[in-house]
Amino acid sequence: MAFLEPPPDLIKVREGMHNVSASMLRPIARKYDEAEHAYPNELDAFRGIQVMGRAKKKKDGEKKDKPKDPGKIGQNLGTVVTVEEMCWGDCGLMLSIPNAGLGNAAIAAVATDEQLERFGKKWAAMAITEAESGSDAGSISTTADLDGDSWVLNGEKIFVTCADRCDCVVVWATVDKEAGKAGIKSFVVEKGTPGFTLDHLEHKLGIRASDTGTFVLNNCRIPKENILGSPEVKQTTEGFKGVMKTFDNTRPMVAAMAVGVARASLDLTREKLEQAGEKLDYTKSPNNCSARQKDYYMAEATLEAMRLLTWRAAWMADNSDFNNLEASMSKAKAGRGGTLITQKCAEILGPLGITTKELAEKWMRDSKILDIFEGTGQIQHLIIARNVLKLSRSQLQ
Amino acid sequence: MFGFSLTKEQKMVKASFAEVVRDIVAPNAHDMDENREIPADYLEKAWELGACVAAVPGEFGGDGMEYSPMLNAIVLEELAAGDMAFAVAAMLPSIFINPILEMGTDSQKKKYLPASCGEKYQPSTAAVCEPRLDFDAMSLAATATKKNGSYILNGAKCFVPKAASAPNILVAAQLDGKPQLFIVKAGTPGLEVGQREKNIGLYALDTHEITLKDCQIPAEDRLGGEEGCDYARFIQKGRAAVAALAAGECRASFEQARDYAKKRVQFGEPIAYRQSVAFMIAEMAYEVDCIRLLAWKAASALEAGRDATRDAYLAKIYAGETAMKVCDYGVQVLGGHGYIRDYPQERRYRNARGVATWEGIATV
Repeated sequence: MAFLEPPPDLIKVREGMHNVSASMLRPIARKYDEAEHAYPNELDAFRGIQVMGRAKKKKDGEKKDKPKDPGKIGQNLGTVVTVEEMCWGDCGLMLSIPNAGLGNAAIAAVATDEQLERFGKKWAAMAITEAESGSDAGSISTTADLDGDSWVLNGEKIFVTCADRCDCVVVWATVDKEAGKAGIKSFVVEKGTPGFTLDHLEHKLGIRASDTGTFVLNNCRIPKENILGSPEVKQTTEGFKGVMKTFDNTRPMVAAMAVGVARASLDLTREKLEQAGEKLDYTKSPNNCSARQKDYYMAEATLEAMRLLTWRAAWMADNSDFNNLEASMSKAKAGRGGTLITQKCAEILGPLGITTKELAEKWMRDSKILDIFEGTGQIQHLIIARNVLKLSRSQLQ
Repeated sequence: MFGFSLTKEQKMVKASFAEVVRDIVAPNAHDMDENREIPADYLEKAWELGACVAAVPGEFGGDGMEYSPMLNAIVLEELAAGDMAFAVAAMLPSIFINPILEMGTDSQKKKYLPASCGEKYQPSTAAVCEPRLDFDAMSLAATATKKNGSYILNGAKCFVPKAASAPNILVAAQLDGKPQLFIVKAGTPGLEVGQREKNIGLYALDTHEITLKDCQIPAEDRLGGEEGCDYARFIQKGRAAVAALAAGECRASFEQARDYAKKRVQFGEPIAYRQSVAFMIAEMAYEVDCIRLLAWKAASALEAGRDATRDAYLAKIYAGETAMKVCDYGVQVLGGHGYIRDYPQERRYRNARGVATWEGIATV
């Protein structure tokens, strides 16, 4: 039913995660912004908690569970609520939580039982992007060649999150360049494998607590069993589309990150406004408010809109509704909205928005990545436009 | 139960209003706007669907169904997607019926509801807006003073829909520093209904300025009697309603821009093939959803009986700014045709301007 009062279960998750975030992430947010590339040892407390689990595999034809108890919420909705709270504490640190990498999500989604046994407890990063291949993931040039019982990988991967800290990396490579997207497969490469080197770590605008690195694969030989999914190259792009479909689940998560960071900015701004004697009470006509109060209200309304789009996309995933359009809408709106809100808050805060004594300047830097990774805002607009205009990739390029 | 999809009942109600929009409202929206008139039989068609009286108990002439702000928000959006002036006019009786039902005394219900819930559409109305730059719905210039068992009302109101034909006007005025609502009957001495207003939008809806000069009404006509009413809730419901109306207006603007961009060929291909146009349409698509979801969130809070001050305020401020932007894009995508009155985009652009300003013209 269309009814948007948050259910008790959601509020419980939110409150629980908020306490964790406020006590464990927020206090060390500045420390690891400054100590770029240092592993936050405090995060070891999260080790052993299985973040990227997976539901029991269903037999063919068996319907997916729908949340039955009206008070209960589904896994995707629970995740976006959790992610928002964690990123309210600190986005870079949330991205550094052990064993919660994108690689872990990929392994949880498609690994065989045997692979899950081998890699399930390892921290897995994800390596897709290359110097010449960003949003156009179908154009990657890293290769994987079968040689006896091994795959031999060659190429270079950039912008790998948790590059230094992870135990293994899920690497995208092509087994057949001629086959285009159909030839792209993913492989688990463990740290310490000869020919697999971490070249360097990047220095970034924000999310500095999260280490981002470049890997070089030089005749890197891995066991044949390390391929995720089928090695067969089909004449269709179904496999690639399947991989891209995981974005329908991860894009609302990035949108939730933007909601979390933007809310942190708004909360600080409200606190400072109230300290200055400006109470926000939602009763005065916006025409009769100060300029900064009006800006604040509009930013807050935008935050609400971002969150509702995010919840909708996650709720649809929980109900097995196809949410490709809604996932991109949440990411497009929240990515840009978060960027603008954190900028606006830093502006409203005046000198307090510039100083590193407060976190507002940091949130402005952190938020920017959320309109970039997991598909830039422009890519999201392309996806939305193709969807609502019913245009193909060749019609709307 | 939390969720984003409509129930069977919500879908059914939406579909019945969509039918009226398809058959009557949309095809005649242009003429209604140009002629500055909504034919009475069109309003009867919407009245027959019973949305305004659904929650009124059977004894007072209604259907005795559960009161649902969510359902009202869905209806308002659907009608406004056809024409905003029609939507306000068709749902106008509820701006009077709904507060009396929720906050009226027993005798007020007996006295006013049956007459308002008859077979035929009857335009009752509310007077909230005031003709001044610093108008604020929660802090009014119009006043009510208690004197010898009566209330004396003074002040000026504007944008009062159907003030000239409504038998009752629910007037918002400040009593002892707090805004309250008063039922003022047509023809009460001291109540003066001015000429029909000429506004930027909603041409088809007749609105008026009214002035109250020592207008005396009996004490029992204060909404809620001696104890008064929850005026803040009345305003919250109005704000959620305006956001829902904006969602409908913007949806129509988006849909026309989308369809036009696919048909309009320049340089050998539809303009929709260009990112500069396609991205505007993408933005319109999710902004319509943002406005709707914010309206729904406020309506859900009201339905749950929770204080919706913040939700309704944010929904309206967002809808006000965003409706203007979406309907602006709607004109822009159509280029010169968007500017010509033969196409509805220019009307939507004019109508959108009111969203940030209106208070108390509709309710959920």
